[in-house]
Amino acid sequence: MSTEHLVEPSADFPVRDYGPPRVHYLNWRHTIASWLLSRDHKRIGIMYLVSISIFFVVGSLFAAIFRLELLTPEGDFLQADTYNKFFTLHGVVMIFFFLIPSIPAVLGNFLIPLMIGAKDVAFPKLNLASWYIFMVGGTIGVAIILLGGLDTGWTFYTPLSSSYANTHVFLAAMLVFITGFSSILTGLNFLVTIHKMRAPGLTWFRLPLFIWAHYATSVIQVLGTPVLAITVFLVGIERIWGVGIFDPALGGDPILFQHMFWFYSHPAVYIMILPGMGVISEVIACFSRNRVFGYEFIAFSSVAIAIIGFLVWGHHMYVSGQSMYANLVFSLLTMLVAVPSAIKIFNWTATLYKGNVIWETPMLYAVGFIGLFGIGGGTGLFLGTTGLDVPLHDTYFVVAHFHYVMVGGMVMAYLAGIHFWWPKITGKMYAQTPAKISAIVVFVGFNFTFFPQFLAGWNGMPRRYHSYNADFQIWNVLSTAGATVLGIGFLMPAFYLGWSLFFGKDAGSNPWGARGLEWEACTSPPIPHNFEEIPVVTQEAYAYTGEETVSV
Amino acid sequence: MSSLDSHADNPYLAHHFETEEQQTESCTLGMWLFLAQEVMFFGGLFLAYAIYRSLYPEAWSAGSHTLDVVVGGINTVFLLLSSFTMAMGVYYAQTGKQKQLALMLLATLALGITFVTVKWFFEYAPKIEAGVFPGKLWAPNPANHHYGQLAFFEGQGLQMFFLLYFVMTGMHALHMIIGFGILLVLIVMTMQGKFHAQRYLPILFFGLYWHFVDIVWVFLFPMFYLVS
Ligand code: HEM
Ligand SMILES: [Cu+2]
Repeated sequence: MSTEHLVEPSADFPVRDYGPPRVHYLNWRHTIASWLLSRDHKRIGIMYLVSISIFFVVGSLFAAIFRLELLTPEGDFLQADTYNKFFTLHGVVMIFFFLIPSIPAVLGNFLIPLMIGAKDVAFPKLNLASWYIFMVGGTIGVAIILLGGLDTGWTFYTPLSSSYANTHVFLAAMLVFITGFSSILTGLNFLVTIHKMRAPGLTWFRLPLFIWAHYATSVIQVLGTPVLAITVFLVGIERIWGVGIFDPALGGDPILFQHMFWFYSHPAVYIMILPGMGVISEVIACFSRNRVFGYEFIAFSSVAIAIIGFLVWGHHMYVSGQSMYANLVFSLLTMLVAVPSAIKIFNWTATLYKGNVIWETPMLYAVGFIGLFGIGGGTGLFLGTTGLDVPLHDTYFVVAHFHYVMVGGMVMAYLAGIHFWWPKITGKMYAQTPAKISAIVVFVGFNFTFFPQFLAGWNGMPRRYHSYNADFQIWNVLSTAGATVLGIGFLMPAFYLGWSLFFGKDAGSNPWGARGLEWEACTSPPIPHNFEEIPVVTQEAYAYTGEETVSV
Repeated sequence: MSSLDSHADNPYLAHHFETEEQQTESCTLGMWLFLAQEVMFFGGLFLAYAIYRSLYPEAWSAGSHTLDVVVGGINTVFLLLSSFTMAMGVYYAQTGKQKQLALMLLATLALGITFVTVKWFFEYAPKIEAGVFPGKLWAPNPANHHYGQLAFFEGQGLQMFFLLYFVMTGMHALHMIIGFGILLVLIVMTMQGKFHAQRYLPILFFGLYWHFVDIVWVFLFPMFYLVS
């Protein structure tokens, strides 16, 4: 199978299909130390994959428990204080330990050097260090859970977090501070890698859009994360010294905390979506057999999002007492930041429209992404209008909004990416039927979980309470039922992907007939050094002819 | 890992770079990005400073008047001198003069340590002793001839001034102390002859870091000591 030529020759890479190499990055050393001390970006990517998968399970368990609690209006087995801890820990684990590292640290780490024709990222040791820093943060997270939790919400609003909470806020501040530096180092590494390590001929406008997306993400990571670090540092100081940096009773200003927090955390939501958009561009192009429509627009829209994204944080603070004029400006800028996202959606759609669409598993996830992200982004605009946000703020409408972008967007994109590059990463192909079923189960389960929350929120159900008015029960029952389906959908890949590791057939170097250095110039799995010789690129990205065949 | 090190001819060129030029440029860009990150990190503190100073101008003025401009000024001179010795160090590194380089690094270290020592004994310690440390320890002692006046300050924000004073100068000092560690390593490496005219990037980068830390102080000094 793997000796057949599956891809029609393109100008750069005349007819090649490599079978699995005898020595590749997975089997060239076997000791535990060869993993834990590896500076190979591919192995580090796998280490991140394993770690964040564990965190994802932990975060999901918290959600499973409080979704169960929310089946009935009264508090059943969780009371207010425990409930607060559960949603806080869910948010903290999912955001800092799953979503932020998800695509960049796993797929970005694995793929950026392959896509740009480099042997590794620019600073391999720093890359390994960032994983260790991440794990130190993770250990603190586990300690917090074991010591009794945290109940401030993932937003750590003061003065609740600084003066009133009796949980482990100081540890949480350390956790965010430390984990932040892992994210900063990853971003720094990618920026230098993308600037300096590109193969000969790989000019900026020949780069895959995945690279552009990661470039924009990295800018946010490097420039935004330190502000969060210093903010939580101040909260930590306030906790141990008993001073009032953000405590109004002591002359501090709690709104300053919100400004500093959202100055990072709005851009951070783009850390949690831009890499996903990068994945979607790759998958859509491959399975439409089409050059991405308006390549430059998508590339620059990533950069635009990174820049404008730094200017809209105030839309989280419309009801905080922020000045009316500030609200107005933030609202206008919020409308503006949605434009580049919308450009991407239009261009992906146009790519589909002009292409030969093939419904492979990654494509199912990708198309799901377009719809769900569309809803998530659109409802973001509702919330971005100053008038509408007043009644909707702190309701389930907001919860639904951000789950549409974070789960419907980023998690779907992550799964699209995992399914797309799995054969490259592992050299094995998974079974298609269960994979396609899982994509559909996730999509259906997701909508059943979160669409009812829009309705509940629209009707006024506030977020962050363990008990609620009985009128809202129907939406909550639907949501919990949907969450069950969604959970099953998320579990399925663990089985068929795991199965493929042992029993899957060899994938061959390019099972999807995709374009790009990682498919055309690399074996599956790649050799330790990625390339036999550094490739030379003379073509634009996505030079699809429509003749490529899929062989799975 | 030997099979990965494909540049047997050039032990300084890491395996994943193609040319030494590429390696140098990558490291330089990485260093500047690190400094950009540092700017944002301190930026958060400067923002807090700006907000609270505009909220509490009287407290700022009262607090600032108790700071010792002479000690602060002398310390500023030490720090600027250390920037000068560091710059000379980079120059000697580039010209391959190892002995002078070692001397300059030592001088930088000595000046830096002097700064931190002065800071502790003439600034931090007397304040803490006089009860001028924000938070639970805050209790300015009216009998203290220097800081006693603070006990009579009416109005808000005085603790905030000292809080930001301690946090910002403390964060600055912490950066210096981290610098001492790196300097020690660089000095040892210099004595082992690891740097010469073709290989001095670590010195150059440390120089950038050190100048950055100095510049932060150049902002902090007027912001705290010279408020009228
Ligand atoms: C089209 C782009 C978007 C717009 C216009 C937008 C707008 C908004 C607004 C106005 C709010 C505040 C609602 C409130 O608290 O009253 C909000 C909340 C939120 N958004 Fe978005 N958003 C967009 C995209 C995203 C993306 C891509 C993500 C993440 C991947 C995201 C994640 C969040 C989160 C987590 C919150 C809630 C934070 C909290 O209070 O816990 N948003 N969004
Ligand atoms: Cu936002």
